[in-house]
Amino acid sequence: MTVNVSVTVNGTRHDVSGVEPRLLLSDFLRETLGLTGTHVGCEHGVCGACTVLMDGHSVRSCLMLAVQANGSEITTVEGLGAPEALNALQTQFREHHGLQCGFCTPGMLMTGEDLLRKYPLATDEEIREGLSGNLCRCTGYQNIVAAIRSAAAILRENV
Amino acid sequence: MKPARFEYVAPATLDAAVEALAAANGEGKVLAGGQSLLPLLNFRMARPTVLVDLNGIKDLSFIELRGDSVAIGALTRHREIEHSPLIASRLPVMSAAMRHVAHLAIRNRGTIGGSLSHADPAAELPMMAMLYGASLTVQGPGGRRTLMAKDFFVDALTNCLEPEDIVVEIEFPILQHDGWAFEEVARRFGDFALASIAISIRRDKSGIEDARVAVMGVADTPLRLENVEKQLCEIEVDSRMLDRFSELVTSSVTPNSDLHASAEYRKHLLGELAKRAMRTALAAKG
Repeated sequence: MTVNVSVTVNGTRHDVSGVEPRLLLSDFLRETLGLTGTHVGCEHGVCGACTVLMDGHSVRSCLMLAVQANGSEITTVEGLGAPEALNALQTQFREHHGLQCGFCTPGMLMTGEDLLRKYPLATDEEIREGLSGNLCRCTGYQNIVAAIRSAAAILRENV
Repeated sequence: MKPARFEYVAPATLDAAVEALAAANGEGKVLAGGQSLLPLLNFRMARPTVLVDLNGIKDLSFIELRGDSVAIGALTRHREIEHSPLIASRLPVMSAAMRHVAHLAIRNRGTIGGSLSHADPAAELPMMAMLYGASLTVQGPGGRRTLMAKDFFVDALTNCLEPEDIVVEIEFPILQHDGWAFEEVARRFGDFALASIAISIRRDKSGIEDARVAVMGVADTPLRLENVEKQLCEIEVDSRMLDRFSELVTSSVTPNSDLHASAEYRKHLLGELAKRAMRTALAAKG
């Protein structure tokens, strides 16, 4: 049994036929569409590395079937900015050195984008609670929190 | 591919979903938010032959005031409950518990029907169903019926549903109370609770007139401590009250030890959380 999946990823519509229903959204993005910016860590919803935005809300792409994304709009880390034109949050990650090996970074950025939209992030506690579903084994989180704190402050100033 | 092969159906109506589930002869699984089911599929701990995806059934997603209750559709996402002004004003304990429900991305997908059906003994929504004395409407091949939360949770990760039943909606009676609190400690914020307590009280001049107390993480199911509730209405609100309440709560539970915490630790933790919660609930009204 196979199904058709029509999904818009980073503004580009993809119509893919012959998709097995058991294909995870994370594997669909990486292997079928070749968008390897979305990283796959634990593959059971603990590490947060595979977080993407679906219709504007962050989701773990390893905990969704590709077929469930049918008709939706997905944003992956490739859709945030380009190396020569980083978006606001990516810029703060660079400024604050919010990454070391970079494996968790796509998930941190996508979670950060959703957090910045949903919560005021007025305190570090709030930022840390918001990031609690994303694991980083290098940074000790300090600079990731600093990057998001700074992005939230810039967002507040610009409102 | 992580999960084993299955047949995927995405019915547009609840009747069609129940039919598809019944046709699977007990080998089917319901897919709602998928935040508990997908890990089980990825590990191949669950190998259903048919997956019935409810996400296309739009009328399963709602939050509405219904007389003295708030009714929530089974497919309502945790995010929607967390940010609902109606929940915040009518079911404040539940509203406070929501930010402890897993993590942001999981709250964006996970559903209340899914969380209740999964029946994790350390999950917030099953505990809220116990605290409020919620009733669940379920639909099976024989039609709809109503189950009380206290009968629904049978054991850890075990509910009383038949394989072809689907939870349709949950009704939470509104408590006419004036003080409440929710306390939880988990190893990592958003993880399943090591211990948690929720209380809601109504005070009169002499003390506490009506009370609800529920705990989780300390038994195979979330518990409502009705004995403690009764005794709360008989004790005086004085300087010893917090200690007495804490003792009442801890003497009502016999937690297990596991990898994350010993039974003694859980009990001690619950006792401290009980004091904190009661202090907050009492402070709500002078």
